Amino acid sequence: MPRHVAVIMDGNVRWARQRGLPSSAGHEAGVRSLRELVELCCRWGVKVLTVFAFSYDNWVEVEFLMKLFEKSIKSELEGFISEGIRISMIGDSSRLPKTLQELVSDAEDRTKNNSNFQLIVAVSYSGKYDVVQACKSIAQKVKDDVVRRDDIDKSLIEQELETSCTDYPYPGILIRTSRELRVSNFLLWQLAYTEFFFVQTLWPDFGKAEFVDALTSFQQRKRRYGRRDS
Amino acid sequence: MKRQVGAEESKLCRKLGVFMRKCVFGILSVGVIPNHIAFILDGNRRFAKKHNLAGEGAGHRAGFLTLMSLLKYCAELSVKYVSIYAFSIDNFKRTQNEIRYLMDLMLEKMEFLLREDGFLSKYGVRVCFIGNLGLVSEPIRVTAEKVMRATSKNTRIVILICLAYSSTEEIVHTVEETCLVTKKTQPQAFKPRNPQNDVTEDADEHKNKEQNTIKLVDLEKHMYMGVYPNPDILIRTSGENRLSNFLLWQSSNCMLYSPAALWPEIGLRHLIWAILNFQRHHAYLEKKKKQL
Repeated sequence: MPRHVAVIMDGNVRWARQRGLPSSAGHEAGVRSLRELVELCCRWGVKVLTVFAFSYDNWVEVEFLMKLFEKSIKSELEGFISEGIRISMIGDSSRLPKTLQELVSDAEDRTKNNSNFQLIVAVSYSGKYDVVQACKSIAQKVKDDVVRRDDIDKSLIEQELETSCTDYPYPGILIRTSRELRVSNFLLWQLAYTEFFFVQTLWPDFGKAEFVDALTSFQQRKRRYGRRDS
Repeated sequence: MKRQVGAEESKLCRKLGVFMRKCVFGILSVGVIPNHIAFILDGNRRFAKKHNLAGEGAGHRAGFLTLMSLLKYCAELSVKYVSIYAFSIDNFKRTQNEIRYLMDLMLEKMEFLLREDGFLSKYGVRVCFIGNLGLVSEPIRVTAEKVMRATSKNTRIVILICLAYSSTEEIVHTVEETCLVTKKTQPQAFKPRNPQNDVTEDADEHKNKEQNTIKLVDLEKHMYMGVYPNPDILIRTSGENRLSNFLLWQSSNCMLYSPAALWPEIGLRHLIWAILNFQRHHAYLEKKKKQL
């Protein structure tokens, strides 16, 4: 079982259009899929789930997604606390509305000691942005003589990336729904050896059967990390 | 007499093949042709095992021929850049014998290309080696530099051979270089303020802050692949669906394609399929951009 699963939740709008519904209905159905996936992960021993709400930067859609995120945190927070689920956010939080920033910060604080399972939500996040901010932080430490240039290595960069909020920053598997065959600037450094699983299903239709398919595929793959097959 | 007829038939078939390929490429060229295609050459050893090929490295030798064919097709299609993952820094974890064998094979092929200049000149191939070449032996490094110099004036297509390369090492190197530049441009030591000079000093401080803010372009400048465009398609053969520390930064928005065929089995039809899919996705993305 992979300890860390990453998901690009793509296809909410297409799902809604296929049913003649507004895109908001697609996103709400997407939240239900996410809730189901969180339950399955908790039950099956996955320790970390990182999710990326994909959009084409349509500001109307993004505004709706922010409101949906706010509503979801408010309704799920007590449940997370009682079930030992830790919630973390990665991404540029300065771009979020102030109320959402405070809500997220409060949720992170109240769940920070939970250890059963961690849900990482990537909002206004990009893998390149994560490396740039890590580099800025390291550059400042080098300037302040806290770190020498010779000390810059993979471990230091890992510690400075936003995924240092978890003990398992490297996803074993990345699942992307709706058959788009690209990473779309989601995680970057962290995906060095991640197994990709691209599935045709649209995100609101992604359920237990599809997750089992993904995990079965993962378990059959031979992960060599540069070495030879034995 | 029979042999002569056989040879002529063979020549005719070859010419027909070339003609049909040109027709197909002409049709493909009506759509967008990817500027840069990257390949992870996976499956050479499995190919040798599958076909019971004798001799160590038989699979890799077959793989080399496949590489030459694909390079030729890409040049004919006007693809401008081809990247290949020849040897990862992570591959140094393999046995010493295997590493030595692979390096010897690479040296042999580089020396062959230098001697038999025909292919590289005919297709206008410029060869560039990307990676931490300090990790390979001197004969390889010296020969690689010779190949780069010998092909530097070719302009039709560039092949980027990633040797002793890994994305994480590229990023570590990039962060080191960026930090070095930033440290050199740090603001001057504190001076007591003179109220008459406040306006000028505020402007200087603001300018220093701007100069010290690291941006995406600052990192990209120091990447090994920084001077080249990002790949449009990344093809990994043998059905494996992972990047294995290859072009993580550069492939963040590119189309990923994983045919089940082993690398030496890859041919024209896989390339055509990849490009058709690329054209379909490209059209979809352009449509989405127009809708915004």
